[in-house]
Amino acid sequence: MTAALQDTRGRLHARLLFLRDYAIVGAVVVLFVVLSLTSDVFLTRTNLLNITAQVVPTAIVAFAYTWLIICGEFDLSAGAVFVLTGIVATNLYDDIGTYPALLVGILVATAYGAVNGFLVAYVRINSFVCTLATSIIAYGITLAISQGRLLTITDSGFATIGRGSFAGLRYSIWIMILCGAMVAFTLSRTKLGRWVYAVGGNPEAARLSGINTRAVKLLSFVVVGLAAGVGGAILASRTSVGQPGNGIETVFGAFSAVVVGGTSIGGGRGAIWRTVFGVFFLAMITNGFNLLGVSIYYQQIIQGVIILFAVAVDALSRSDR
Amino acid sequence: MAARLLAPADPAGSAAGLVVSARHVTKRFGAAVALDDVSVDIAPGSIHALVGENGAGKSTLGKVIAGAVVPDDAELVVDGEPVTYRSPRDAIRRGVAIIDQELALVPTMSVLDNVFLGAERGRRGLLDRGIQRRTFTDLATRIGFTEAASTPAGALRVADQQKVEIMRALVRDARLIVMDEPTAALTRPEADRLLALTRELRDQGATILYVSHILPDVLALCDTVTVLKDGRHVKTVPADGETTDSLVTAMLGRSLELTFPSRTPPPADAPVLLSVRGLTREPAFRDVSFEIRAGEIVGLAGLVGSGRSEIARAIFGADPCTGTVEMAGRPVRSRSPKGRIRHSIAMMPESRKDQGLVMIRPVSENVSIVHLGEVCVASVVSPRAERRMVGDAIERVDVRAASRTMPMWALSGGNQQKVALAKWLARTPRLLIADEPTRGIDVGAKRAIYEMLHGLAGEGLGVLLISSELEEVIALAHRVLVVRDGRIVAEMDGEEATEDTVMRAVFGGSTP
Repeated sequence: MTAALQDTRGRLHARLLFLRDYAIVGAVVVLFVVLSLTSDVFLTRTNLLNITAQVVPTAIVAFAYTWLIICGEFDLSAGAVFVLTGIVATNLYDDIGTYPALLVGILVATAYGAVNGFLVAYVRINSFVCTLATSIIAYGITLAISQGRLLTITDSGFATIGRGSFAGLRYSIWIMILCGAMVAFTLSRTKLGRWVYAVGGNPEAARLSGINTRAVKLLSFVVVGLAAGVGGAILASRTSVGQPGNGIETVFGAFSAVVVGGTSIGGGRGAIWRTVFGVFFLAMITNGFNLLGVSIYYQQIIQGVIILFAVAVDALSRSDR
Repeated sequence: MAARLLAPADPAGSAAGLVVSARHVTKRFGAAVALDDVSVDIAPGSIHALVGENGAGKSTLGKVIAGAVVPDDAELVVDGEPVTYRSPRDAIRRGVAIIDQELALVPTMSVLDNVFLGAERGRRGLLDRGIQRRTFTDLATRIGFTEAASTPAGALRVADQQKVEIMRALVRDARLIVMDEPTAALTRPEADRLLALTRELRDQGATILYVSHILPDVLALCDTVTVLKDGRHVKTVPADGETTDSLVTAMLGRSLELTFPSRTPPPADAPVLLSVRGLTREPAFRDVSFEIRAGEIVGLAGLVGSGRSEIARAIFGADPCTGTVEMAGRPVRSRSPKGRIRHSIAMMPESRKDQGLVMIRPVSENVSIVHLGEVCVASVVSPRAERRMVGDAIERVDVRAASRTMPMWALSGGNQQKVALAKWLARTPRLLIADEPTRGIDVGAKRAIYEMLHGLAGEGLGVLLISSELEEVIALAHRVLVVRDGRIVAEMDGEEATEDTVMRAVFGGSTP
């Protein structure tokens, strides 16, 4: 290969790296400005708060996904577990009260994460296949509990978490901010966070550096289970409904936000601030299209194209190493 | 019969081996020169051997000729025509195939499908199973392959997998077959059968380029031998006039440019630091026992695949094994690297990219990862304490990185290797295992690593040094252990160990 050619490829590579690192920031800013100019409604307090309230459950799952994907694994079952939490809580609240019911739902979800983590880290099942199977199981449990019906709740106390507010923001938004801050802090500032990056970046090197890589992986799945539980509880509280389903939209939404934000699906690289941008970018697209009256079908197509673009940039920026 | 086997595409039956000439081949890997202006002519219908020490460049040259490695510079002439290969596919089209050390079969696919993979017989995308089966049966009979065509390739013994590779080459009408260490994983009778088969292929007109370090095989089999040393051509001679000794002598000789720090032996009363008894991990190594004293550098010499790296990994707890390991008289029971690190054992693994470093993370994180607890308060990393620890460690190994926030991959190989060492120095270990510490780095960085190892031993560390570069082991180690076929077969102190004596022990030749 000639030096000139190598040089060109080097520059192209540098540009790809820059694109991967900062494209999302530019995209969010541009979209924000465009929507503000083209729609009268977009830049209102009510609309912006609405967008934020709507992204809460997905965002919480997306934060945990960011962690897990940095660690080099993936969890397809988070969506089904998310739904399961709502079903468990709405099913139990009559007998044991609102908060215990929500708590049990979250505990079930966390335990589910632990099972996934055990199967992937210790039984060494491929995480994609493993969580596809456990996802089906969770969906089955959901159907068995609900018998396929909507579980509707009339008690207004159940809705507090989803609808009550403090200092002008809903509780759910505060919970999201808290979750995001905790995950961000853990990943960037703690020993555990370093281990997560190292295990995702090179598991063998991590192991030979004295890290218990299996425990780190197990814990990462527990975090996703916990997040799916919290997200599911908030959604159930907001809608006062336990709605059976496989939760695949939650998986898609959260995963899209992570990769569009620029966290590498190869593991070892990513950050929560990226996912925050990713979440709002996708939410603004949906919101903007609704305000501008674009059909929901086109939204899906465009969302898919955006994800492909994000993943392609990640793949190309890696290929030279 | 022979013509049909070798050249089904050549009805005239005039199948002849290829005339291949490789001139001025140069190949660098990073800063390391694997091949330096090497020229070889391979006569048609002959078996031509490439021999040399580990790292002499013999495998690389074989791969260049087979199109599996793209050289930085070379003139390749095949049948009188200059060629440039961009991939092994191009080489196959010219009639050149390689049977790699790492067999390249798809383990889950049947033998038959493996043989025809990429060379399927049929029309318009449809397989002609009949023709494939008939061709396969012919080939199998010819080379003595007796397993069923439907067996998954992964279920075969290595010797049979090799035959599948040979059939694969023949199906592609290969007229030059490069064999890279073909007998390395075979038992002696299997190896003998392979040698006989190789001879048959030659007699049927094929040209064979035979890369091996098993010198008696080379002498018995080959027509011509080319000796390489440090990526340079030493000589190409008829095999008839050579002996094991004459070949070994040709491989010897000090390389240029390298200098070593002078060796100061540890004090005679230095306490035993590491004691290993009956370490066994089948099939890699068995019954390995030795000691390292504080301040002593012990070299582990042997061929790639002899078990030396596996022994090192077992001592570090990276692979399970049986036997006992003691540090300063206390048994080490923990089986994981984590536990061994607590016993102050450190290891720079064989491959810094795959095992030593997290290439996409910054320098600082790679340095602090082992002893992160030291700079944490309640599990939260203190940025100031971390900066100080990383700064100290990096200063000790003299890494010239523009910034500690740079990702590892952006550093030169030499600096990467220094970081791979620095991560262990944040808290000084008592035993350092250094597996190929200077692989693929430039001369300056090599020299720096030598001095660091030497300095650490001077501070009372025990060092277990593994290197494919014999002169490195000999110049640095106070004592050399030679590993062959998973056993320690010789022990020599600094005075006895010369390139000559160690090499003869490594190759299993007679000690003069």
